[in-house]
Amino acid sequence: MMKLIRILTMALAMFGLVQTASHAQPLRIVIDEGVIEPLPIALPTFVAAGGEAAQYAAEITRVIAADLTGTGLFREIPASAHISSVTSFDAPVAYADWKAINAQALVIGAVEMAGGGNLVIKFRLFDVFSGAALGEGLQFSGTVAGWRRIAHKVADVVYSRITGEGGYFDSRVVFVSEEGPKNARQKRLAIMDYDGANVQFLTDSSALVLAPRFSPSGDRVLYTSYESGRPQIYVLDVASVSRVALNTSGGNMTFAPRFSPDGQSVVFSLEQGGNTDVYTVGLDGSGMRRLTDAPSIETAPSFSPDGSRIVFESDRSGTQQLYVMPASGGEATRISFGPGRYGTPVWSPRGDLIAFTKQNAGRFHIGVMRTDGSEERLLTASFLDEGPTWSPNGRVIMFTRESQGEAGAPALYSVDISGRNLRRVATPSAASDPAWGPLQN
Amino acid sequence: MKHLTIAAMLIGALALSACDRNSRFGDDAATAGMGAGGIVPGSPSDPTSPAYFQQTIGDRVLFAVDQSTLSAEAQDVLAKQAAWLMENPEYSAIVEGHADEQGTREYNLALGARRASAVQSYLIDRGVAPNRLRTVSYGKERPLAICSDESCYSQNRRAVTVLTAGAGTS
Repeated sequence: MMKLIRILTMALAMFGLVQTASHAQPLRIVIDEGVIEPLPIALPTFVAAGGEAAQYAAEITRVIAADLTGTGLFREIPASAHISSVTSFDAPVAYADWKAINAQALVIGAVEMAGGGNLVIKFRLFDVFSGAALGEGLQFSGTVAGWRRIAHKVADVVYSRITGEGGYFDSRVVFVSEEGPKNARQKRLAIMDYDGANVQFLTDSSALVLAPRFSPSGDRVLYTSYESGRPQIYVLDVASVSRVALNTSGGNMTFAPRFSPDGQSVVFSLEQGGNTDVYTVGLDGSGMRRLTDAPSIETAPSFSPDGSRIVFESDRSGTQQLYVMPASGGEATRISFGPGRYGTPVWSPRGDLIAFTKQNAGRFHIGVMRTDGSEERLLTASFLDEGPTWSPNGRVIMFTRESQGEAGAPALYSVDISGRNLRRVATPSAASDPAWGPLQN
Repeated sequence: MKHLTIAAMLIGALALSACDRNSRFGDDAATAGMGAGGIVPGSPSDPTSPAYFQQTIGDRVLFAVDQSTLSAEAQDVLAKQAAWLMENPEYSAIVEGHADEQGTREYNLALGARRASAVQSYLIDRGVAPNRLRTVSYGKERPLAICSDESCYSQNRRAVTVLTAGAGTS
């Protein structure tokens, strides 16, 4: 694992904007539901100290640009339009040249090779129109092999300083990689960077695997596998790629697991005699408890981030709907009341919204609602969209979209919570069931 | 002697499933990853053969959208399955429950389990020893027909009674 060392001050946790009196409109993107005109940003290729660094400098700059423009909140001003060329990290910024091409934000950086297979990157962010730096310069170092992560870290800082929100670029996604025809699909667990880079497989395709879920710290993954001949939940250690069955005492079908916010227990579904209910159990198999007890299907549970409540789906009313209950079980309150049916609810990491899959009139949607069920908004529509997962900052949702027909196959897509910026996430083959992990340290 | 015959038939079945990828028994043991069991040949006209169970009686029943209720037609098939299983005690069965693709993954797993359980309960009510029957749900993971309209969906909403060698477990 790469170790990042922050050398200069990072007083950016909740960074205040540097404003000057002459600047009427501060450099700031407020993410809300309105249509946003992407903010023009200039990202001249980072200055390289030496030939080897030059190659990384170019690639790192491109990854930072891809991260920022991929949000839909930024528009990169192409290098061909730049008037100034940046040849020194410490040279004074020619604000007039950047202002002339209407760059509102400017990132200047430098890359050098350090000893021991490490890279050092420093960068500064400028508010062009106020003619001032936005926050302090920062320096990151890390291994050459981990160069993409350093680029994502830089992009996360730029995003945070301009939006005032946490970033999500230095994060990973665990998902199911699929191959083969629709009636004999081979599935294996895989993990990748949020942007589809660095795919690694975590299981082989000898047994069907479904719906992996990250632990809060990203070190473990829960998933369902048929390796014993029936669906059972497993816990996989990401670093060692070793797995153990979750001990739920008995040979029943177990599936739809998710971690509690403290990472110490698992909420899941267990089927007995054809009836599926929600249970919790310690990660070590201790203290198993039944949380619902109804003849209907109760599944797809997800904790609120404070651990106090669980949202799940049930067809107790006759169709799949969403319910919220205390984390200890007990009376559940229905929160979904629109037309159609609702499944796979997931509580946002900010705690303010619940994302879900909705089926109505022969179409599938990914949507969000407040935790009391109000203000429902549908973000997508297609033949089959399902299984939302939240970015670490609660601003973007990734999900599975499956195409129709005999050659139909799933792929991963992302959309922001206002329904803008729908994008396909690149994967080497068909892919489903993404689960977005936390920001890495 | 009879066990040898069964063993020979099972070996034949494995060879058959290996070369016949378009078998109409698309949810056989090989594709479902179940290990032993699955397609067993023999003559569909020989009432003691697994082929008779699969093809002449019919090894599957179909369900309406979102339902696990057994239709009169399904009950008729299952009554014959139960009678056959009682006549042929050297077999056990795994009842596989399946759903069509119009549903979320988790819900379909639970729905497939309901369907498998409905079949299992019916067979037990008809006299089959519980220890000869197991269930597994595949949800929407193993469609038999792969188009995206009702002509395929109706075939995929199914429970399949898959014979396995052996008299069951206690």
